Amino acid sequence: MTVTQTAFKAAMLDPAAAVPTGIVNPDGAAASKRFDVYRNNVAVSLSDALEAAFPVVRKLLGDEFFRAMAGVFLRKHPPKSPLMMFYGDAMPQFLGRFEPTKKFGYLPDIAKVELAIRHAYHAADATSADAQAFGTLAPDALMGTKLRLAPATQTVTSDYPIHAIYRANTQTDAPKPVMQAEAVLITRAGFDPEIHHINAAAATCIEALMKGQSLGQAMAIADDTLDLGAVLGLLLAQGAVTEIY
Amino acid sequence: MLDATQNPPLPARSGVGYKAQHYSDIMESPGPLGWLEIHAENYMGDGGRPLAQLRHLAERFPISVHGVGLSIGGEGDLDADHLARLKHLVSWLNPASFSEHLAWSTHDSHFFNDLLPLPYTPKTLDRVATHVQQVQETIGRQMLLENPSSYLAFAESTMSETDFLRELAQRTGCGLLLDVNNVFVSATNLKTSPQAYIDDFPLDAVGEIHLGGHDEDEDETGAPLLIDSHGKAVVDPVWALLDYTLAKSGPKPLLIEWDTDVPEWPVLADEIERADRALSLVMS
Repeated sequence: MTVTQTAFKAAMLDPAAAVPTGIVNPDGAAASKRFDVYRNNVAVSLSDALEAAFPVVRKLLGDEFFRAMAGVFLRKHPPKSPLMMFYGDAMPQFLGRFEPTKKFGYLPDIAKVELAIRHAYHAADATSADAQAFGTLAPDALMGTKLRLAPATQTVTSDYPIHAIYRANTQTDAPKPVMQAEAVLITRAGFDPEIHHINAAAATCIEALMKGQSLGQAMAIADDTLDLGAVLGLLLAQGAVTEIY
Repeated sequence: MLDATQNPPLPARSGVGYKAQHYSDIMESPGPLGWLEIHAENYMGDGGRPLAQLRHLAERFPISVHGVGLSIGGEGDLDADHLARLKHLVSWLNPASFSEHLAWSTHDSHFFNDLLPLPYTPKTLDRVATHVQQVQETIGRQMLLENPSSYLAFAESTMSETDFLRELAQRTGCGLLLDVNNVFVSATNLKTSPQAYIDDFPLDAVGEIHLGGHDEDEDETGAPLLIDSHGKAVVDPVWALLDYTLAKSGPKPLLIEWDTDVPEWPVLADEIERADRALSLVMS
């Protein structure tokens, strides 16, 4: 007669499953509609969380499609932690493999951008470094210099025009996306994350800097489309550099 | 367990569950607002606006931290990482109160974002008591545990909910959070008397009272099935149950919970005023 939490969980996640024996109404009879309250609460609360977390993916798929997809996702990937603010880390991989969405190659990368924006929103606060420090560096010391970047700083690189798609679905006057590979940089100067269009070489360079490599090393890894001055200018202007050392 | 540096307990005034969209209203025209309750998990990020707002609010109002993710009733061990995050939050914020639910929400490392029910047996009591003690030792203070909304019963239960909570409070020294809407919802759903529940509740252990709205449905037999939605105004029978409770308990900190379809601030301010009027009836 004992209803284990394993049995409760299995029946709760499978709407077609029988309600565990031992769950009753006040008259001692079976209570399937009462059990459905939990089935519904869990599905609705997790779907709502995914809708709030991935507004652009939702807009691209449409409400009905998104809701159906979320119903499959939440059963395959229930949250692994009570921090709902970060729920959905498995979404990019899921969208890339889920039969009805895998033909939309850009979707996983859009989901990555939305995850990165949420992580940026909750990232630790940071104080930006004084850009004047660059002015005091000896010319030959520049390439050995390292930068510490604010915890909110992230990049996403894609074979698709992710910046243009993101903008077209979040701004009213944005141009129509043109098929091309794009990368984005996400920064947070105050409390609101911002998304910037960068090229793949800039993303490679910034990722190297985040790993603690020097400007010279980061430049060597990126290809010759890198405009190091522009990358540094963007990072400094967005308050993303917290230390120059 | 109380240490001298801990903030004073919640005042016997009316508070509200904090929603970020009301930040400016609360800072500019709080009206009779006496304190605020936050959901612990929303403030476990590393930084950004949520924590900045919370720091500002905590300078002006007593704060109650209300957890929804500890899974105190879980069959497995408490999540050590989550416990550590809670300890960190309680340490820096030094809130007036910390509370959680008599429920489970995590099993086999999966979190369901809902408060799931427990059978009331000596075995459940042992487990919950161990978890409550672990939480209190970790955060270095007393916690309050909230009575759930029940939609169904377990045939295996051998204790009443009130006996279960009384015994738990005695064994662990924890306090109780009495949600009178949950009492009304459970009593309706399980065909018992809400007043009898209050009569049997250990009111001395109550550190806070919750009020919220519920939805109405029915089960397959046509019996009423109330759902604790926190998406509406508090209904008159729940206000009456609050009066009944306060007449027996004396003044307690009251909280309006409104978590879905959250209204504009003036609607919540009206609910706070109504709660204040209920309190004034029992203030000597």
